[in-house]
Amino acid sequence: MLAKIKLYLQDFWRYRYLLQNLVGRDFKLKYRRSVLGVLWSVLNPLLMCLVYWAVFSSLPGFRGNIPNFAVYLLCGQLMFNFFSDATSSGMSSVLSAAPLLKKVYIPKYIFPMEKCCFSMVNTCFSFVALLLVILFTGSPLHFTIVLAVYPLATMFLFSFGIALALSAFTVFFRDIMHMWGIFTTALMYFSAIFYDPAAMTSMTGGFNLQSLIHLNPVYWYITGFRQCVLYGELMSPTMLVVCGGCALVSLTVGMIIFKKTQDKFVLHI
Amino acid sequence: MEPIIKVDNVSMCFNLSTEKHESLKEYFLALVQGRLHYDEFYALKNVSLDIMPGDFYGLVGLNGSGKSTLLKTIAGVYKPTTGKVTVNGTIAPLIELGAGFDMDLTARENIYLNGTVLGYSPKYIDEKFDEIVDFSELCNFLDVPLKNYSSGMVARIAFAIATITKPDILIADEILSVGDFLFQQKCEQRMHELMSGGTTVILVSHSIDQVERMCNKVAWLSHGDLKMNGDTATVCAAYKQAQREG
Repeated sequence: MLAKIKLYLQDFWRYRYLLQNLVGRDFKLKYRRSVLGVLWSVLNPLLMCLVYWAVFSSLPGFRGNIPNFAVYLLCGQLMFNFFSDATSSGMSSVLSAAPLLKKVYIPKYIFPMEKCCFSMVNTCFSFVALLLVILFTGSPLHFTIVLAVYPLATMFLFSFGIALALSAFTVFFRDIMHMWGIFTTALMYFSAIFYDPAAMTSMTGGFNLQSLIHLNPVYWYITGFRQCVLYGELMSPTMLVVCGGCALVSLTVGMIIFKKTQDKFVLHI
Repeated sequence: MEPIIKVDNVSMCFNLSTEKHESLKEYFLALVQGRLHYDEFYALKNVSLDIMPGDFYGLVGLNGSGKSTLLKTIAGVYKPTTGKVTVNGTIAPLIELGAGFDMDLTARENIYLNGTVLGYSPKYIDEKFDEIVDFSELCNFLDVPLKNYSSGMVARIAFAIATITKPDILIADEILSVGDFLFQQKCEQRMHELMSGGTTVILVSHSIDQVERMCNKVAWLSHGDLKMNGDTATVCAAYKQAQREG
């Protein structure tokens, strides 16, 4: 068993440059021929944030009494965008790598992994936007911001696990691609990106929306992230456990599904 | 001596679903209506083959006889349905040239991308970069996106990258059929160089002359069966005989 794991790690280590090169390729192709180039990675979340802010800050019911609403909004948006981007691009990664997979042997998990890494690189650029918003709105910059690495890292593993499972399913059933788009949109509204979940209970009457939101792992990653970046506090034990636990479960399940099905990929793509 | 590649009783089965069910709805409809049967198609049937280090092995056979499938199972692209393939060494696969090329990237970027697909380190590619460019004779077009290349030019680059290292095994699937005759000669020469360095080569070719000229052993596949294997003269004679008789 241990020898097997060692073999896997060796295999991965051999292909680490490929991972690096694929991320580089995606990055080059994304910004090739655009005038502003990589600046879009910063501008995009900034402008999106402006749109959300313009819409929701004028609705007092949504806004509740959230201080530093723009930062609150952008934190949620960054984290959620990472999740939806990593999972949806990871999902189609194996399919789009079909020409390669049919001709050479490459560990297949490289492709969903590459998409997750690429999304993470983009998210890191968006941090510049977040810092700009923090400075511009004069909200305090806490040193706990460095602790945001934990929700980010666990979120990465969580998304990678889901991307693994989805990319395996997609090979056999393409419908999943369409379903997942709708699912993530629905999930977005349950992730408390632009509202305070505590304020929502009164609005929905008897229906307990808050407990529903608490079932959403993405909500916990966003909350953990806000705790570090926005409120300058340490994450509560619950947050630590939920973030870590969800990542672990998703990664394990994803890996098992992927490993069980990967030998059949070439026959279906 | 231990064989470097041991193909042990390998069968490769494809599900030739006449209609591929690519969506859940189609799948369940087919399931309910009882149309969900697959035609099984064996591209390889119980093929066993030992390839010794230093062999120059030719694979001959008509289209659809399973040559490429056999190469792909050896390269690890396909996992055999039954049987086992054991490979003791590094493989440089040249199965359809240009695998892993991104047509939107330039030749320079593609050399690095393709090199890492084959498992080289960027440092190693740095060292060998000039050699690759020299061999492919394309130094004037290095920063042109690959989509503007002709297929012959793509083939040159691909061959140059794949043979830059000293792999233990080189798998070549009809690659020599592209490129002009000068480049073909150059490729043959390169393959002989590799062989004298101890590389085992497996070559698929439809040109029986080429196989006779280059290989020391030949396997003849027909409809997924290994019809005959052994030294070049015997197998090629039998193969040509069969072709004539049609």
